[in-house]
Amino acid sequence: MSFAWANEYKPSNGLMQWLDEKLPLPRFVYNAVGAGYPVPRNLNYMWNFGVLAGFCLVLQIVTGVILAMHYAPNALVAFDSTEHIMRDVNWGWMLRYAHANGASAFFVVVYLHIFRGFFYSSYKAPREMIWLLGVVIFLLMMATAFMGYVLPWGQMSFWGAKVITGLFGAIPVVGEPLQVWLLGGFAPDNAALNRFFSLHFLLPFVIAGVIILHIWALHIPGSSNPTGVEVKQESDTVPFHPYYTAKDGFGLGVFLLIYCAVLFFAPNALGHPDNYIPANPLSTPAHIVPEWYFWPFYAILRAFTYDFFFIPAKLMGVLAMFGAILVWFFLPWLDTSPVRSGHYRPLFRKFFWFGLIPAMAVLFYCGGAPAQEPYVMLSQLASLYYFAHFLIILPIVSSIEKPEPLPFSITEAVLGKDESAVLNANPAAA
Amino acid sequence: MADQASINTPDMTGEGVRRRDFINIAAVSFAGVGGLAVLVPLVSQMAPSADVLAQSSTEIDISAIQPGQAIKAVFRKQPVFIRNLTPEEIASAEKVDVASLRDPQTLEERTKAGKTNWLITMGVCTHLGCVPLGAGEGEVKGEFGGYFCPCHGSHYDTAARIRKGPAPKNLEVPEYAFISDTVVKIG
Repeated sequence: MSFAWANEYKPSNGLMQWLDEKLPLPRFVYNAVGAGYPVPRNLNYMWNFGVLAGFCLVLQIVTGVILAMHYAPNALVAFDSTEHIMRDVNWGWMLRYAHANGASAFFVVVYLHIFRGFFYSSYKAPREMIWLLGVVIFLLMMATAFMGYVLPWGQMSFWGAKVITGLFGAIPVVGEPLQVWLLGGFAPDNAALNRFFSLHFLLPFVIAGVIILHIWALHIPGSSNPTGVEVKQESDTVPFHPYYTAKDGFGLGVFLLIYCAVLFFAPNALGHPDNYIPANPLSTPAHIVPEWYFWPFYAILRAFTYDFFFIPAKLMGVLAMFGAILVWFFLPWLDTSPVRSGHYRPLFRKFFWFGLIPAMAVLFYCGGAPAQEPYVMLSQLASLYYFAHFLIILPIVSSIEKPEPLPFSITEAVLGKDESAVLNANPAAA
Repeated sequence: MADQASINTPDMTGEGVRRRDFINIAAVSFAGVGGLAVLVPLVSQMAPSADVLAQSSTEIDISAIQPGQAIKAVFRKQPVFIRNLTPEEIASAEKVDVASLRDPQTLEERTKAGKTNWLITMGVCTHLGCVPLGAGEGEVKGEFGGYFCPCHGSHYDTAARIRKGPAPKNLEVPEYAFISDTVVKIG
């Protein structure tokens, strides 16, 4: 599970010795995130976001469990109980803002984590399983965030629930019964609110479980690194503790500065004022948009306005929206280049910075804009590029690109020379 | 060897199948069917409960709705649009080539005979379920003078038929009947 030169856990006293024999939990932690886990010595700050995402999950679970002590998941009182938290509960305003902005922070961190994966091809063998589990975590996060947004039972909550469950209504034949089954009624009401609350409480713990699998799978090949060259020798690595606990600690400090700045100075900047209006089934807000972290996918949903051969526009939009994430599952097999890091892939790098990133930015912007021109046409073009990037450009780039020369080892990349590269210059190294 | 044969022989049938195999299959099948049966209440509890399903019907007085006006009523916790079409709106709905529509229906098929001016539809966009604008005073009616859904930009015409945008169907016409000239019963 780890490199041969990994430090071995040594219990420091009799009690730890006793514990190590009965339940080696300290040993497990030591090997997972302690001095027993050798990590490439050249990780840059893009490698901070996994730990930050874990921190966000803990933050959300702690604030969420507390909010659940004051919230009532009933359509008659849900809105009032949210206001009760904001106005009456001691520190309730801070806990709710921490939770709402914590969701945004979680998505910021996870998007950066995912884009790190895109650029450095973290999804490539032998790390496919880590990537696949990561996509599962992202899907679970989206479901959890969506259901959480419904709970305050404001206008955006209600109409978000209606529109998102309406997506299932697009499925031929079973769609409408499925939508009614999901909601427990013909429109979102008490039944839907109650089950969303139950699942919103459950899913974070499911996410925690998948994260354990994600880290387990990570520790089999070990962490990737910015050169994409695999660890060869002890001089390529440093122990996770204290080297990366310190670096992650610094990153956490920077993260908390930004998070707290938003939390205390602009707690509603990322929300919608309409959600401070109680849910009204008879009036749709004029400009209905999901939370910012769904905008790119929402833009893809809205990009389909005409029937596509025999597939109705509505179903096509839904398929494309889900397809935009499902395509990530196939990424390890679409990108066939043996070189991982974008640093050594001149063509890939161009399409990444001048193709994928601008397309995502356009989708992001259009998803939050009203459903009119030129935003519809812009999201159509950007959606087209988005799918072409993964399904056409990546496979072609992988086969025609001539990568730049890779360093012999991580040590060479860091120090400029690697003694063992000279000493071991024999056919066995090839 | 002789010992083992004497133990096995009573269990064996002609084809080398043991009695224990039957017991295994029977037990696992029974447990499997039982397990699936337990799923029935777990899945079905999600479906609408009896109070939600209870058929409601709503009687609405439409006497005050002047031509060109519309009201929003509530049926099964969802909005219903009741619109008194003007002669111009009827004419503009009737001159459309039905074959060119995404969901081909005439105005006559969507209204009751002799009461073509009363357009009664659900106020639920067939795309993703938003309430379209156009029934209230001063609301945007879209490019075709009927309804406009602000969520994803679906335009409906004066017969509430889908003309432009992502919605696949015309606004649904619920079951209804005129009890008198001024009262309509929905449901």
